[in-house]
Amino acid sequence: MSSHETVGKTIKVALALCVVCSLVVSTAAVMLKPAQLANKELDRQRNILAAAGLLQVDVSVDEQFKQITTKLVDLRTGKFTDEVDVTAYDQAAAADDKNLSVDLGDADIAKVGRRENLSLVYLVEKDGQIDKVILPIRGAGLWSTLYGFLALEGDANTVAGLGFYQHGETPGLGGEVDNPRWKSQWQGKQVYKSGEAALGLIKGTVNPKGADAAYQVDGLAGATLTSVGVTNLVKFWLGENGFQAFLNNLRVGEA
Amino acid sequence: MSKVKDVLYSPVFENNPIALQILGICSALAVTSSLSVTVVMCISVIAVTAFSNLFVSTVRNFIPGSIRIIVQMVIIASLVIVVDQLLKAYAYEISKQLSVFVGLIITNCIVMGRAEAFAMKNPPLPSFIDGIGNGLGYSVVLLSVAFVRELFGSGKLFGYEILPLATEGGWYIPNGLLLLPPSAFFLIGFFIWALRSAKRNQVETEEFKIAPNAPAKEVM
Repeated sequence: MSSHETVGKTIKVALALCVVCSLVVSTAAVMLKPAQLANKELDRQRNILAAAGLLQVDVSVDEQFKQITTKLVDLRTGKFTDEVDVTAYDQAAAADDKNLSVDLGDADIAKVGRRENLSLVYLVEKDGQIDKVILPIRGAGLWSTLYGFLALEGDANTVAGLGFYQHGETPGLGGEVDNPRWKSQWQGKQVYKSGEAALGLIKGTVNPKGADAAYQVDGLAGATLTSVGVTNLVKFWLGENGFQAFLNNLRVGEA
Repeated sequence: MSKVKDVLYSPVFENNPIALQILGICSALAVTSSLSVTVVMCISVIAVTAFSNLFVSTVRNFIPGSIRIIVQMVIIASLVIVVDQLLKAYAYEISKQLSVFVGLIITNCIVMGRAEAFAMKNPPLPSFIDGIGNGLGYSVVLLSVAFVRELFGSGKLFGYEILPLATEGGWYIPNGLLLLPPSAFFLIGFFIWALRSAKRNQVETEEFKIAPNAPAKEVM
């Protein structure tokens, strides 16, 4: 055994081990990447469907996603655009690119960093009419950025559903944004009150008889900062720096 | 052959890593609120303990004593990353629910404990089987905890409804405590109690006796 205890031998063993282990790990990572990306994409589609309340358990997600049209919206003008190919557009990368995004300074209430100029939106059409419009939203909570989808009805004012697909909030407190019972409250809420995005979380429970009940959702108990974050991100993405112009255009059929 | 059997089965009840050695409790609390997640966690842990034992044992004669813990750690960590990648590729939903706990297998004391205590001193095959055995011992406890927690916490087993919930028109009012991690403490406690009542030799001898309170006049 003593021959193994020299410094040279120790370094040799450590080096050999590192090379072998990194080879194994990187091979696994590279080989499995396509399957993982496919899963991620499937998960994203599933979340879009779930936010709109369209997800059925017994039909394949691929099949169900066919009813959804993906389009690009220019957030500066609020109109659909086809300057970039929808299937090739990487929204997360665009938000990091100085030429494709804008720094909003103090108006960045959701702390998104930079806001991309173009955003994907998902439309469900029925009989030539827009039945639901699903918007990607994100914003800072307490620990993490929450990523999700907000679905509106065809009137571009009534909420059809909300769901987050990625976040790192405290399980049981802020993590309750995943609670189906809490999420179901969003359904039927109104967004705009005299032209302003008014929808948000309040402290405690909503009084259903209150004048503003249609614009309020229960706060998350024990998660004040996550609640504030969710309110801010909803207000941001539905406000003038978000989708407000687009939704206004959509309502009068000029998007 | 009987020795192989012994190595495989003794960790399940005789020398259970959780019940007797009280190792690896952390993940037992976190991932046992539903059975299907638990099963995947158990398979992952069995795979990691078995293969880390196998590899550590294979290279045991080349490992310098001064860096042996680091070497074991690197082997275990690599295996855990591979398992995590596999889950992300082939069991995405469950890997999302397990989230950080797959990564935390690295810190699961059972894996490290067996590598250091068994694999460093034994040939590869018995080490591999010892790994499976200890993984199974861990699984037995986890599965029984998950069984109770899912059945009485949400009225289901593997996601199938067994006890119809009152909130969905049935009669069963679920015990919300069972869905929270601390309930696993109670259940593991009961499990250890049951096991030690059945196998008296597992009861540890007391290390000291508490002296009776001295009467007042003796102290004076």
